[in-house]
This record gives sequence, C-alpha cells and structure tokens, in this order.
Amino acid sequence: MLKAMFGEAWLAMGANRLRSALTMLGMVIGVAAVVIMLAIGQGAQYAVQQSISTMGSNLFILLSGSFTTAGVRSGSSGAPTLNVSDAEAISELEGIANVAPTHQGTRQLVYGAQNWSAMVVGTTPPYLDARAWTIASGAAFADSDVRSATRVALIGKTVAENLFGDDDPLGKTMRIQQNPFTVVGVLGAKGQSFDGRDQDDTVIIPLSTAQRKVFGTPFLGSVRMIMVQAESGEAMPQTEKSVVALLRQRHRLREGMPNDFFLRNLSAVAESEAETTRTMSILLGAIASISLIVGGIGIMNIMLVSVTERTREIGIRMAIGARQKDILTQFLLEAVVLSFAGCLLGLLIGLGVALGINFFTGMVIVISGSAGLIAFAVAAAVGIFFGWYPARKAAQLDPIEALRYQ
Amino acid sequence: MAEAVIRVAGLGKSYATAAGLFPALRGVDLTIKTGEYIAIMGPSGSGKSTFMNLLGCLDTPTVGDYFLTGENVAHMEKDALAKLRNRTLGFVFQGFNLLPRMSLQDNVALPLVYAGADKETRRAAARVMLDKVGLGQYAESLPSRISGGQQQRVAIARALVNKPRLILADEPTGNLDSHTSEEIMRLFGELNAEGITIVLVTHEPDIAAHAKRQVRFLDGELVSDQVTDSLPFNGMGIGAVETHPPPGLPLEGGGVPPC
Ligand SMILES: Nc1ncnc2c1ncn2[C@@H]1O[C@H](COP(=O)(O)OP(=O)(O)O)[C@@H](O)[C@H]1O
Ligand SMILES: [Mg+2]
Repeated sequence: MLKAMFGEAWLAMGANRLRSALTMLGMVIGVAAVVIMLAIGQGAQYAVQQSISTMGSNLFILLSGSFTTAGVRSGSSGAPTLNVSDAEAISELEGIANVAPTHQGTRQLVYGAQNWSAMVVGTTPPYLDARAWTIASGAAFADSDVRSATRVALIGKTVAENLFGDDDPLGKTMRIQQNPFTVVGVLGAKGQSFDGRDQDDTVIIPLSTAQRKVFGTPFLGSVRMIMVQAESGEAMPQTEKSVVALLRQRHRLREGMPNDFFLRNLSAVAESEAETTRTMSILLGAIASISLIVGGIGIMNIMLVSVTERTREIGIRMAIGARQKDILTQFLLEAVVLSFAGCLLGLLIGLGVALGINFFTGMVIVISGSAGLIAFAVAAAVGIFFGWYPARKAAQLDPIEALRYQ
Repeated sequence: MAEAVIRVAGLGKSYATAAGLFPALRGVDLTIKTGEYIAIMGPSGSGKSTFMNLLGCLDTPTVGDYFLTGENVAHMEKDALAKLRNRTLGFVFQGFNLLPRMSLQDNVALPLVYAGADKETRRAAARVMLDKVGLGQYAESLPSRISGGQQQRVAIARALVNKPRLILADEPTGNLDSHTSEEIMRLFGELNAEGITIVLVTHEPDIAAHAKRQVRFLDGELVSDQVTDSLPFNGMGIGAVETHPPPGLPLEGGGVPPC
C-alpha cells in the first residue's frame, strides 16, 4: 500500500511541476549549503590537521630584533640580537622539547647543468625533530657536522626531483653559492604548509656551514631565528613566558625596555587559519538552517494549498474506504517526496559547488558519505515536521463536507 | 425470508445551522432485505441524501439505530466506518466523483489499495470490473476522455470492485440524459439480478420504476413505501400493485404526488 501511495505522491508532484520546483527551492538551497558547509568545514579541519602535523606541533619562533624591525637595515647596522648561546640556554629550560638556532634564505642550487632555487635552512639537528622531518633515504647530519662546519646537505623531495631528476642524489655533490655540498640524505615528503608553500622545496645544512659559506654573515655565533618546540600544547603559554624572561635577562633588558626580539607562535597561526574557515562554515551552517526552515515552511504552505484544492479528492477517497491514517500517510508522503527531491537536487548542486570551489581556489574540501546521510535525514525531518500539520488537517476532514466541497 | 442487509430504527439527523438545530431526518424506520432493489424518492430537500449518507456510513445519526448486516453502526469509530465503506458497501454519486489524474483502471482499483490488496490483484480485479461495465478498452484512459455515462459506469465498477453486498446510489442518473440513464439503470438491473442489494435515490418516476420497491420522503420523514412488480428491464412506467404505509407512521403524506 505504501508503494502505491508513493507512486501517487510522485504523480501529485508531477501534476504541478513548476509549483513543486518552486516549493523545493528552499530545500535545494538549504541542502546545498549544508553540503558545501560540511565539505569546506571538514576540508579545513583536514587541511589544518595535515599542516600542523607536517609543520610540527607546539612550535614558536624567536626572531632577532634587528632582523625583523629592519629587513632593510640588517648587515651594517648591527649584529642580530639572538645568538647560539641563547638557544643553548633556552634548551635548559623546563618544558622545552627542542631548540634549533636557524638561519634561512632562498638560494640558487646547481647540480651539473641543472639549477633550482630553494629555501636553504642552516640549523642544528633538533630542528628535524621540531619540524617533524623524517629521512626518506640516507641519514641526518650530526652535532659534530655543525661543530666542524662540514659541507653536507639534506634535500627535500621537490629539490631532489627538480635538481637530480632520475639520478639518486645520495652522495652527489651540488653547489650552493659556488660551494660544493654533499647530499647525505633525502627528506620525507610533507606537501604544502597551511600558507600554501611547498615544504619539500627545502635544503637543510649545518648552521655553521650556512653562516660561513652560504649567507656570509660576519657575526658568527649570532642567529636571526631560533625555533623552539614546547613539550606540549598546555605548556606553551608558560614556556613562552619563561623564554621571554630568560632572554630579557640574558640581553640585560631593564624593566620598561622593549624586547629586542620577537616571538611568534606558529601553531597559533595555523589555528587561527582553522578558525577562519570554521567561522565560514558556521556562517554557511546558519544560511543552511535558515533556508531549511524557509524551505520547510514553503512545503507546509504548498501542502496546505494542496489539501484545500484536493478536498473533494480526499472526500472521495474517504467515501471508498480510506481511513484517517491513509490520508495522513498520503499527504505526509507527498511532503517527504517533495522534500527528498529538493534534497537530492541540493545534494548535487552542493557537490558541484564544493568541487568547483576546490577546482578554482584550491581550497581543500572533504566529501564524505556522512554529508549525504545528514542531508537526507534533514530532508526527511523537514518533510515530516512541516508536512504533519497539513496532512493531519486533510485526515481530519469530514467525508460529507469534503465531498460537498467544490 | 431473506436476511436484512439494512435495518434502521428511529433514525434521525439534525444539522446545526445558524437558526439552531435543523432536523433533516426524523424517526425513519426501514428494513431492506438482501437482494432488494429499492428507490428512494421525494422532493428536493426532503432528506434523501441525508439518509443515504447515513446508510453509506459517511455520516453518523443524531438519534436512532442503524444495523448494517446485523451490526449496529450508529456509534462506530471512524476507522470501522471506513472499513464498512470499503468492504461492505459501494457508493455511487450523482457527480461520478472519479479522480481526474488517475487512469480508469487505477480509479477502479483504488478501494483495493485501501483494502491492502497487492498490485497484481488490484490490476486484475479492476480489469474484470471495467470489462463488466463494458469499458475494458479504456482502462488506461483518464476520466476526462470518456463521456458522463461512461464515467458513471466506471464509478459503478469502482463501487463493485471490493465485492460489496450493497450498492448505494444517490441520484446516479441526475447528470445524465435519458438514453444514458436507461443504460445505467439496465446495469443496476443486471447487478440486482446477480443478487446485489441496490438502494438508489431519484426524483424521476421512470427511473424509480426500475426498482422493485419505492419509498418516499417528505420533510425528513418516510411517508410511503410501496412494492411494485415492475421488472428492472421493461423500463415501463409505474405499475403500483401493492401500497402499504410504513408501520407506525402517520398517513398524512400518503397522497403526495410524485415530484
Ligand atoms: N450539512 C448541512 N447543514 C445544514 N443543513 C443541511 C446540511 N445538509 C443538508 N441540510 C439540509 O437538510 C435538508 C435535507 O437535505 P438533503 O438530505 O440533501 O435533501 P435531498 O437530498 O432530499 O434533496 C435540506 O433542507 C438541507 O438544506
Ligand atoms: Mg440530494
């Protein structure tokens, strides 16, 4: 019987196509918004998790004051304010997992006839742990390489592909600023960072070698950046405070004097990125729920019109034996069919838009089966909730009155 | 003596109107036995439709009892009444009342949907009934494609599809020309010959003449009840042989001329 009624509901919808289509519009927009919201929201979640897990967690960087305040005036106007012994002192602090003094910049690499430009990072071995780098082949350099400024390099996957092509880079010699470096290891792939940079376009070399041969700073022992990793997320605020206190003390900064360094929480930057997308998906969620409510009211409205228009039909059905619950089921089913058709259309449009967003903006989207399930559950709920009142009204009609209706 | 399909006792129905309760039907007593063919006559507004709606379980009486196949339905639940409308009786209206968007076959099969029959059973039964009323070839057509007389035959097929004991028809020929009316009456005659009890309302004497018994309403009261020997097929005028006033009713309306 339900099957027969379903067929009838479908027919009833087809009998007034334009009206059905307009009625569904609210549902379509609502469900499309739900689908887009979930695709973007889950995509953002995924992207942030991905980039945090590849960037390394609980990270902050200390930037030397004369470097940042003056990008322009670096060089002659004075030495960077941070130095290697600051880094060593920080690593003694409570709650610190890794500390790596770092000096980085973009440089041209040459191997045979190939050349390629990449981010060259001069640092110490803890950097690899802090940034969660893995070694795909070969081995990392050691503290002894930093002490004796050996010319060894770890290269990222992008560098390996673009500079060495099909050659195995291990043991090969490439040049950075005319200086030959031996490739001792290839880093495991990381992909894009949250700000869209290719993290695999990187070369990591010992800090001392970088400063002497690549960046040519006259202030040995000074560094422009120190990367610090806290042991845990909860430890971050306390760790930041004690690092700042330690540096102020070491740099002999009196009360009231500004810091001569900057501290930037990398994880927080990634988090705020996530927050932005989350806000966006909440906004979409609001649009979605409003359109679903409007769509539901549209369905209720049209069902009320339909019940009035078909009063006589209801009378006839009752006269030949339809019970109240048969009439109720019929009209409820029609509301649900309308709602489901709108839902299906909304689902397709939502998927199309989500894929379009991904295609044109490169924003990460995640399309999951749960989105479809949620959309259909919502459609059924809207159909039943907003279809109930009109259907009940139909079912409670008096057969005689209904038959007399013109 | 055949068993009573319908027995009403002291049946009354009042409608609430702006001017207070209006008694459309008062103290009706009537027994209809299995296989009877009875015409209900009377002027417009005399309560014929009110009575038919009560017999058809579409409405409930204000007072009195109504026994349908032995069961008192006067105070039954709505769902139980729906079941009686579906299984025990078939109703035929003046305005045909087919559903316009459905094929004739689906229209005829509709009572079976509410009886819970499966699709194949419904299709087969609807075909049989459409063939019976001579419209099998239009099974897939919409009601708007056929004439009024044909629509009424489809409505009769629908009323018959659940094999009811009783057909109730309220002015079934009221919208039809006299030739088509004759065809419909011939169909009722055939059905009655098969043993189906038929109660029909009409205010045309030559239509009423097809029935074997005529009762007359006036101002909500049953005023005369006569059995004729006219055969359903001869289509001749009224041949009243035996006139007996209904028991317990005043004779004031006995001489009312046919309207
Ligand atoms: N629902 C109703 N409300 C009020 N009065 C009604 C209603 N239905 C019928 N009547 C009145 O009851 C009387 C009998 O009506 P009806 O049974 O339709 O007569 P008939 O079918 O013999 O023409 C009429 O006077 C009519 O106006
Ligand atoms: Mg009438």
